[in-house]
Amino acid sequence: MRNLALSDEILLSVDKAARYIGGEVNSIMKDPGTVDIRFAMCFPDVYEIGMSNLGMMILYDMFNARKDVWCERVFSPWSDLDQLMRQQKIPLFALESQEPVRNFDFLGITLGYEMCYTNVLQVLDLSGIPLIAKDRKEGPFVIGGGACAYNPEPLADFFDLFYIGEGETVYDELFDLYKEWKDQGLSREEFLYRASRVPGIYVPSLYKVTYAEDGTIGSFHPVREGVPEKVEKQLVISMDKGYHRIQAPVVPFIKATQDRVTLEIQRGCIRGCRFCQAGMIYRPTRERKVEELMSSAMEMLKNTGHEEISLSSLSSSDYTDLPRLVQFLIDECRERCINISLPSLRIDAFALDVMSKVQDVKKSSLTFAPEAGSQRLRDVINKGLTEEVILRGASDAFHGGWNRVKLYFMLGLPTETEEDIKGIAHLSEKIAETYYDEIPKSERQGKIQITVSTSFFVPKPFTPFQWAPMYREEDFIEKARITKNEIRSQKNQKCIRYNWHEPDVTILEGFLARGDRRCGKVILSAYKKGALYDAWTENFRFPLWKEAMAENDIDLDFYTIRERRKDEILPWDFIDAGVRREFLWREWERALSCQVTPNCRAACQGCGARRYETGVCFE
Amino acid sequence: MKIRVKFTKEGPIRFVGHLDTMRYFQKAVRRADLPAAFSGGFSPHMIMSFASPLGVGIESIGEYFDMELKDSLPAHEIMDRLNRVMTDGVRILSVFQVEDGKAGTAMSLVAAADYLVSFREGKEPPAGWQEKIGPFLSQEEILIIKETKKGEKQVDIRPFIYSFEEREGSLFMKLASASSNFTRPEAVCASFFRFLGSEPLPFTFFIKRLEIYANKGTDESPVFASLESLGQPDGIF
Repeated sequence: MRNLALSDEILLSVDKAARYIGGEVNSIMKDPGTVDIRFAMCFPDVYEIGMSNLGMMILYDMFNARKDVWCERVFSPWSDLDQLMRQQKIPLFALESQEPVRNFDFLGITLGYEMCYTNVLQVLDLSGIPLIAKDRKEGPFVIGGGACAYNPEPLADFFDLFYIGEGETVYDELFDLYKEWKDQGLSREEFLYRASRVPGIYVPSLYKVTYAEDGTIGSFHPVREGVPEKVEKQLVISMDKGYHRIQAPVVPFIKATQDRVTLEIQRGCIRGCRFCQAGMIYRPTRERKVEELMSSAMEMLKNTGHEEISLSSLSSSDYTDLPRLVQFLIDECRERCINISLPSLRIDAFALDVMSKVQDVKKSSLTFAPEAGSQRLRDVINKGLTEEVILRGASDAFHGGWNRVKLYFMLGLPTETEEDIKGIAHLSEKIAETYYDEIPKSERQGKIQITVSTSFFVPKPFTPFQWAPMYREEDFIEKARITKNEIRSQKNQKCIRYNWHEPDVTILEGFLARGDRRCGKVILSAYKKGALYDAWTENFRFPLWKEAMAENDIDLDFYTIRERRKDEILPWDFIDAGVRREFLWREWERALSCQVTPNCRAACQGCGARRYETGVCFE
Repeated sequence: MKIRVKFTKEGPIRFVGHLDTMRYFQKAVRRADLPAAFSGGFSPHMIMSFASPLGVGIESIGEYFDMELKDSLPAHEIMDRLNRVMTDGVRILSVFQVEDGKAGTAMSLVAAADYLVSFREGKEPPAGWQEKIGPFLSQEEILIIKETKKGEKQVDIRPFIYSFEEREGSLFMKLASASSNFTRPEAVCASFFRFLGSEPLPFTFFIKRLEIYANKGTDESPVFASLESLGQPDGIF
């Protein structure tokens, strides 16, 4: 029987002890004597969230397929355990072996969202690894990856390396390089130098940034010969050969956020919504073969015993063989009593037909994400959804028996006017009216229920809006107030519920998303003041962050509300993300003049992703 | 067709709570590809019920659940299939057929359970405790405070202690475990400590459940039979 790192006393005192014991079905145990590389793979949030991350699970499975590597999992201890570990000086451990992370060769940290940055420091701190990379003389190399690695600069001080792009491509090369380096007994600097020459690997200590008088970046260059000027994002070229298919995902004992089989059907998105980072950085869209998906789905269901399967992609409706795949799943899952969950489906006749087969119409709701309230603003963001399409979808759905609708919008999009904001209320009202106009009283299943949710827009790197200004906290509050008042003055306002969140988290997200190296000290100060689990509303304390900014002489507005110039060097410009800067700028200009750009399947826009010679670019 | 499965829960998995243990077995049954019966409706669930919840941190070598199958399979095959998909610390000890219907559910049968309680290092009771077992049990009543929905309540648990003896430095006990008289081993042990004039430290007791029993006799003169002994072993179901 495995020994645990934590005593019974501790495990019986903390919430959900099963987060910390490992040993789940399909988790991988190896004899440490038989491997050369011990890799601790961390998702810096609580277990239930981390275990729902597909990227981490792919890498876990892929690394462990190598005989010479043992990859184990690490998550952020929840606040109760965090305190006990600090008091009792218990080092952070990996779940499988229960051994301290600081004895590993690598600590890989998945950066899924900006609000996990203080948790990154928590993980390093509890592991006993110096927070600042240049203070590390021994111990694991700390490597970051995931969506936020596309602007790694705010975290540059804390990481030895970053992996930019999809993990399937160069980790093998990196591991081989590491073994060679270890055998030769060379310095840490030498490993980092060699690693920096692997495509996709960014070693921040090998680049120097200078700043111009106005605070923008003056120059950004490698400091050593042979270190590339540009770091190329990695992507799987062939989804047949290069994609790592997981056969047996780990099955958590406790209920993870995604307590189901996740079937990734494609990467990338053809739509080109201008606010969407994922839609840009994962270009070009690459589909997996439908036969492959069918067999993979059955294999994962069998090996996990999950009672639900979910399709994962940025826009499932655009998957070419979706009808065939869905019909297959419906047939196979019905007899096995397995639920099917289909997120990111555009509401149309096909979607409604499928949804009526896989869920209880009376209990489920329809989701539309118009993102903006007016057609003008939807054109600005290149969201191809028109009011006509939304109303037709809603009408079809009402005839099919649905009477609950969820609507998602963003406030604070570039060029937004008061009319655009009010459009949110007007569109919601029209949907309500459609219901009452079209469904006779005798056939109505009660009132229509519309839930409107707004989030505040955050400009992200590698999107056409990377140059755009954000708004101040008080502006956001005003926008939410206008939305609320306008909804309240609609005829059917009683059927419309409105949700919005405090804007302070958004402001911080905006600061970190487009931050540069100087922001690192703010993260460090905020962490030292006690900021942790910032993604959890109940834990988020913006005043700590404001103090941290003031103490480090960092001007929040410089990073958030400032519009960037065309020729400004952006902190992430050294990354070649596939989409070219000229394309993004052209899209920014088209946005400002309300011009819609067709999707990748309709007409190639020359974004730059074609050079990978794969996916939608070569259909 | 209803079957009853006896299993163990030892080692780190003792920290997995009751609801999650149920989820664990629902997924295990699917991995084992057993022909489980489901309830109807849009979100069908497996027809499965557990004899008695086991607290977090408690080990067991005598847990039970019942489940419905829609097709017949030999017991040993069900057992083999389940054992092939178990994780460390959980073993299927036996599978047997039981009567259909609500009356005979494992949960409704539970009358008593055996426990072995050992003391974590440095938290043993005062020396000579073995000699005090007799006097402890000779008390006319053993009162404990029970937390109920309505507040605290004093209960005499003496009638619910069917056995209480030393076994290799640990305490073995058979306690009433029906829903009306469920008696927690830690409460009995704490009471024993207090009888010895000592207050147990937190996390003193390491508890292992050994077996769960039904009562084949009457309330006045119970005859305990393990749930396992009630079934028909190795039938072809």
